Amino acid sequence: MISPANYIALSVILFVIGGVGVLVRRNALVVFMCVELMLNAVNLAFIGFARLHGDLNGQVIAFFVMVVAAAEVVVGLAILTSIFRARKSASVDDANLLKY
Amino acid sequence: MIAHHMVLAGSAASNTEVVTWWVLAIVAVGAALGMILTRRSVHCAILLAVVMLILAGMYAMQGAPFLAFVQVIVYTGAVLMLFLFVMMIVGITASDSLIETIRGQRLWAALAGIALLVLLALVIGHATIGAAAPSGARNSGSNVQGLAKLVFTTYVFPFEVTSALLITAALGAMVLAHRERTSPRPTQRMLSRRRVASGRPTPLPGPGTYARHNAVDMPALLPDGTQSRLSVSGLLTGEPPAELPGNGRSAIASETLEADRVPGPQDEEER
Repeated sequence: MISPANYIALSVILFVIGGVGVLVRRNALVVFMCVELMLNAVNLAFIGFARLHGDLNGQVIAFFVMVVAAAEVVVGLAILTSIFRARKSASVDDANLLKY
Repeated sequence: MIAHHMVLAGSAASNTEVVTWWVLAIVAVGAALGMILTRRSVHCAILLAVVMLILAGMYAMQGAPFLAFVQVIVYTGAVLMLFLFVMMIVGITASDSLIETIRGQRLWAALAGIALLVLLALVIGHATIGAAAPSGARNSGSNVQGLAKLVFTTYVFPFEVTSALLITAALGAMVLAHRERTSPRPTQRMLSRRRVASGRPTPLPGPGTYARHNAVDMPALLPDGTQSRLSVSGLLTGEPPAELPGNGRSAIASETLEADRVPGPQDEEER
């Protein structure tokens, strides 16, 4: 059997890659996808810990994370389309009206 | 003898599991790295789908079959499709510019990532993560029954709050994506007149006619063997749509384009 520690390590690696993607990428869509990657990595850790402790609470939490992530994607993409409609750009650098 | 065979079969099975796990993990990390390195957002979405499917397999390997299916249905099925739809609206060719607006952003981001990795690795390394608990307690009934029991007893209040969250998100998305029509809707008479006046009353040629295959990105072949640019949507080729004599295509497409036009001067005045 694969030890839960391996799953936790994989989860850490995927989380860090997602975080770097959020920092580096400029396309708002890709930034969103990297956020999804981070959420997925955390879910993997939750399920790993659920197996470690031998109960289902971690799996329920992962389930709730999935639901919240789905809602977040819907609203985020709606905001993205409305920004794109107004500004003709999906780059996070172009939405800077609140900056000054 | 039988026990010996069982041990052998057991070790073979666990060997298979170990090999599968390492292959899947390496592919997942590679796909995740590719996600932040490719410039095209479509490639990014495909690589994210790879990661999500592998994670679904890992959930199944960890005794969470229900979450594995939810992962495939919700993430790979719904969320990624939503991403691809929005990508079609935003422009399939959209890719990141390589110019850094903040100087040294990539370097600092990479350093922050390495620092985070080191931090998390230290935390995980100091923790004692034992072997997995026996699965009997976890899945005494079935996985789905156990989850349902928890969701409808211990977690029933968060579960109900989730429904409120989903309704709010759906409403919010509708409000945000809604657009008031500012010009009157053209009647069928106006549309047909415009079409005849455009100089090209017939439909545009379909893609793939007489070509090697009929995919939507394969231009149709004209009788002299040249490719017909009109048969492929400009969204796919990334070039502006071919101009017809009398501005035909843009006149035909103006009905759909009108909705997406940049806010004109009257909108600016409203602001």
